[in-house]
Amino acid sequence: MAYTSQEILEGLAEIVAEETGLPTDAVVSEKSFTDDLDIDSLSMMTIVTHAEDKFGVRIPDDEVKNLTTVGDAVSYIEGAQAA
Amino acid sequence: MSQPSPGPRRTLRQAEPVRFSRILAVAGERGERVVTNDDVAGPIDSSDEWIRQRTGIVTRRRARADVDVLDLAEAAARKALDAAGLTGADVDVVILSTVTYFHQTPAGAALLADRLGATPAAAYDVSAACAGYAYGIGQADALVRSGAARHVLVVGAEKMSDFIDPTDRSISFLLGDGAGAAVVGPSDSPGIGPTVWGSDGGKAPAIRQTHAWSALRDDPAAGWPTLRQDGPTVFKWASFQMAPVAAKAMAEAGVEPEDLQVFVPHQANMRIIDQLVKQLGLPESVVVARDIADTGNTSAASIPLATERLLAEGQARSGDLALQIGFGAGLVYAAQVVVLP
Repeated sequence: MAYTSQEILEGLAEIVAEETGLPTDAVVSEKSFTDDLDIDSLSMMTIVTHAEDKFGVRIPDDEVKNLTTVGDAVSYIEGAQAA
Repeated sequence: MSQPSPGPRRTLRQAEPVRFSRILAVAGERGERVVTNDDVAGPIDSSDEWIRQRTGIVTRRRARADVDVLDLAEAAARKALDAAGLTGADVDVVILSTVTYFHQTPAGAALLADRLGATPAAAYDVSAACAGYAYGIGQADALVRSGAARHVLVVGAEKMSDFIDPTDRSISFLLGDGAGAAVVGPSDSPGIGPTVWGSDGGKAPAIRQTHAWSALRDDPAAGWPTLRQDGPTVFKWASFQMAPVAAKAMAEAGVEPEDLQVFVPHQANMRIIDQLVKQLGLPESVVVARDIADTGNTSAASIPLATERLLAEGQARSGDLALQIGFGAGLVYAAQVVVLP
């Protein structure tokens, strides 16, 4: 069963909150992981790993640098689960 | 014509196995120079704060220019033999794990054995980067229990500073120099759990040499090869794929996280160490080696150096159960549960 984009956003927000200590409502689509949420490359890999497990998708390491915003990640995961 | 009749057939004799092995002693030697983050930050446009936050490293130890990797190995090995109450003459096999000995042949282990008076011990090098010490302990355990050797000297020694590019932002600033040594011998009780080890050469580019030595032969302008890594990729692999390897080593040794007193992961990055502790669900009672903070990443030497320090500072005691795991360029990995000497 595929997750909706809203479900992905909510799940991702929980993962980001767990990793960073930020409140889940700070994790919205237009926020940049690096510039707005102050997430470094290693924390990003932790978030990606947990997202892969939660949503049952694979996000190649080379793809991670293209996931600039939370919305980028939601779109990628949504597309990956459809694939 | 009659053929001469064959004599009675003899039954081949094989080495008599012994039941158990253990680490009899562990010791280390660190590079003499203390290199601060400020010392390395300039050429990579970084800062003390950035390096601490990304790696947990405050200082790293590096050897003087006139000290080579075999000097470090010899110093650590002598201390380990002394601590075990043995001399070179008692050693049957010398295993040297290093990726920074600059001779293709002969192996550094043979020269090391000679320096220690360990001839005619069998001697060979292992190239398993940051997993080399755990590879060596796995081999030593097998050699001792099979009866192929009574005492095996395992040395992880690296002069990583011979292999760095000060302008490289990926790995050079993490690296330190040192050697750690262990003596493995027979035991009345189990002292080394099964080694869980492996490789994934498909990920070889994640930690790599910039170019082969042959490129330097063909084009002297190619320059001295140095190391590079894809930091986030290595972080993800080490943190999340090595935790199940460490868990399997515990399972195969028949121990639970609650049974451990000590966890000694390869000292690659404090963030990896923290993530491994989390993924493994280690209780707070487990002492975690964090020698990287002031030694840096010394590749094959990091586990024995960290172990020796915990014992020397009284944070760990003889008889404690320790989970150790090495992982690095290859990619290769090895883990086992051991009883500390």
